[in-house]
Amino acid sequence: MNEIFTASVFASAIRLATPYIFAGLGETFSQRSGVLNLGVDGIMLMGAFTGFYAVYITENLLIGVLVAMLTGLVMGLAVAFISVTLKAEQGISGIGVYLFGLGLSELLFQKLIGTPKSVDGFTAIYIPGLSDIQFLGIGEIFFKHNLLVYVAFALVPVSAYVLNRTPLGLMIRAVGQNPQAADAMGINVARVRYFTVTLGGVMSGLAGASLSIALLKVFQQNLTSGMGFIAVALVYFGGWRPFGILAGAMLFSFVNALQLQISGIGVDIPAEFAVMAPYVITIITLIFASKRTEKPTALTKPFERGE
Amino acid sequence: MNATQFAAPPRIEHLHMQGIVKRFPGVLAVDNVDFEVKAGEIHALLGENGAGKSTLMKILYGLYQQDEGQVLINGQPTEIRSPSDSIRQGIGMIHQHFMLVPSLTVAANVALGMKSSRGWRLDLDVVSRRLEELSLQYNLKVNPNTPVWQLAVGEQQRVEILRALYKNAALLILDEPTAVLTPQEVDDLFRVLNKMTKDGHALIFISHKLHEVLAISDRVTVLRDGRRVDTIPTEGATKLSLAEMMVGRPVVLEYKKQPLQATSERLVLQDVSALSDRGDAGLNGVSLSVRGGEIVGLAGVSGNGQRELAEVIAGLRPATSGGIQIGGIETRGKSPSVINQLGLGYIPEERMIDGAVKEFTVSENFILQDHGRQPYVRGGIFMKFRTIENACREAIKQYEIKTPGTDTPLKSLSGGNIQKLILARELSRNPKVLVAAQPTRGVDIGASEYIHQRLLAERDQGTAILLISEDLDEIMALADRVAVMYEGRIVGVVERNAVTVRQIGAMMAGSSLEMVE
Repeated sequence: MNEIFTASVFASAIRLATPYIFAGLGETFSQRSGVLNLGVDGIMLMGAFTGFYAVYITENLLIGVLVAMLTGLVMGLAVAFISVTLKAEQGISGIGVYLFGLGLSELLFQKLIGTPKSVDGFTAIYIPGLSDIQFLGIGEIFFKHNLLVYVAFALVPVSAYVLNRTPLGLMIRAVGQNPQAADAMGINVARVRYFTVTLGGVMSGLAGASLSIALLKVFQQNLTSGMGFIAVALVYFGGWRPFGILAGAMLFSFVNALQLQISGIGVDIPAEFAVMAPYVITIITLIFASKRTEKPTALTKPFERGE
Repeated sequence: MNATQFAAPPRIEHLHMQGIVKRFPGVLAVDNVDFEVKAGEIHALLGENGAGKSTLMKILYGLYQQDEGQVLINGQPTEIRSPSDSIRQGIGMIHQHFMLVPSLTVAANVALGMKSSRGWRLDLDVVSRRLEELSLQYNLKVNPNTPVWQLAVGEQQRVEILRALYKNAALLILDEPTAVLTPQEVDDLFRVLNKMTKDGHALIFISHKLHEVLAISDRVTVLRDGRRVDTIPTEGATKLSLAEMMVGRPVVLEYKKQPLQATSERLVLQDVSALSDRGDAGLNGVSLSVRGGEIVGLAGVSGNGQRELAEVIAGLRPATSGGIQIGGIETRGKSPSVINQLGLGYIPEERMIDGAVKEFTVSENFILQDHGRQPYVRGGIFMKFRTIENACREAIKQYEIKTPGTDTPLKSLSGGNIQKLILARELSRNPKVLVAAQPTRGVDIGASEYIHQRLLAERDQGTAILLISEDLDEIMALADRVAVMYEGRIVGVVERNAVTVRQIGAMMAGSSLEMVE
């Protein structure tokens, strides 16, 4: 057993959670205001590619991150336009956005780079003092990560604070629960939704970059392999609460890391089962997590004024 | 509160809506209407459903834009493009469907859309304290930290009023504010409104209830078919004169009732319990009986189990315990179709959801339950269209249903005519028991009158009628006995002639009959 539950497994679980946390938090804002963005994975792929390409060309990580966020912003605006202004059916249009991102990122990759290459990317920052703690491997598990990991975890309490303790968060929640009431109180429902959906896009772009220039440091076709969809599922699993999403992301990435470890040391379980395990666990937990009071009642419903 | 925190909006001494026109596709909803209101007065806006009252007020609140005309505040033309504009001008509105977010607390609902005194951080504690002051000042009791979903409707309305006061609304529009209140709560509301006018607020009171308009308002403007009929001082007006202005012809406000000739018990409920949609106790040991030839009125504030009771009788909601008999036959657990066959006629509360298919034609809706039965089908397969057509034509004639034809889609008929068609369908099957839930809600006075006369005629022919209504006037006009529901229980059953509206009102708030007496 000690070979399986090593400190490095826990450390890699924390690293693997990063893209889920970014994308999941962004999607939480979007859904709390009543918009389901199912295109997260497509935006992540585009962010992953553009961020990677920017670093590949400029060798500047900051530019890479900014480019990925900008890509997310543009795609987020597009999703907002489709779902808020055009009032399109959100599930179907989200799948469209996903396929668009999947196809375009692959096309750009083929045209601009061609074969998988790697970049240097973010390196681990050892937190002075704390990273030396040997006890239970705490130093290795928590304090030897790249910058984006720390940022992702820091954004969890920030998001919770914004949603629960600020007038902005109150507006977002009201718009997702009862847009008619918010409208009657003089709140511009469309503007709030544009804001949250675009913010969700930026966070998805960042999630993609965290994968391509920090976690894996490569880009290839369909790099995310569905991580954006898992992130959407984690929002439900986490009950639309940032800390719930953190818990879900950790559970999922831990199972993921464990699976890598088990197949790595050659335990006699068919590899396919191990690969399936995280997804099966997600489905099972979702069944038990589907009904929550925080669920935005106006989720997926376009807003129309008047009865 | 200090004055710098919540800047008072400019006082509204006089507001004038001038030549307002609003068109919706195919309808002229508001047709060149003038309306004015002054500080310190209650101006009632009276009219039937569809007369344009709500549309006119939604224009004033910025929810709709007028096609023509203008709004003058203190003589200044003012553009109101959205609720945030009207709120800034000092206009507040209490909507028919409350504009509250159920999952948020009272204080959060009030803070919604307002600037926080702490900038980017919420100041709910400040809001709560100010709310407590206001609720003392106006005697509107409410706990600022309760989530709104835990509040009864009457309390939710208090929150709405407090919120308007909090935002310093100089003019407050109240859209049918009494529809969900018990008579006692209406008295409390009127006290608050009178205090507000003394403090210099201008109030617009939308209603179709004549006695309330007479009791509370200083002036009345009557609308009919989108036009203003007249604006008159309330003093000197009578129920009859207002009703005739509203309808445009003489009306009957009281019915002649034949003496009661009740026969045996046709509908019997014994200790019936059922769950509500939310999964808690919707009905809690309800026992009730209705005899042939009598109308039992079921009164109560909306949401106290009336809908559940009707659905349990119709077989649309399973009873978790107890027994239900129609004509002596146990129907609990039987399907709606079998219960129909046993002699139940059912006029559901949500007629467009549970009572009819709006995309279907008039004749298709007329045979909705009987499409597979004699005399409308041959050999169990083929529809006998000629027979259906004739039966439907007969009903249209007999029940004075206004429709271009039998193959018109139902949705193009008015609410009153749809309700008449449902009534015709249910009565054509000669039911032993008729359950009529809110039979005249949203129905114009003319059709209401007709439906009431029909129900009385049906009673005189020996049908047992359970009339479920939130309109106490309707119950007092038609019922022989009155049962009152509160929180899923029957609080008491009384003879109509031995009880007053006030006593029923107290029972609607949960007092037992003994306490009332």
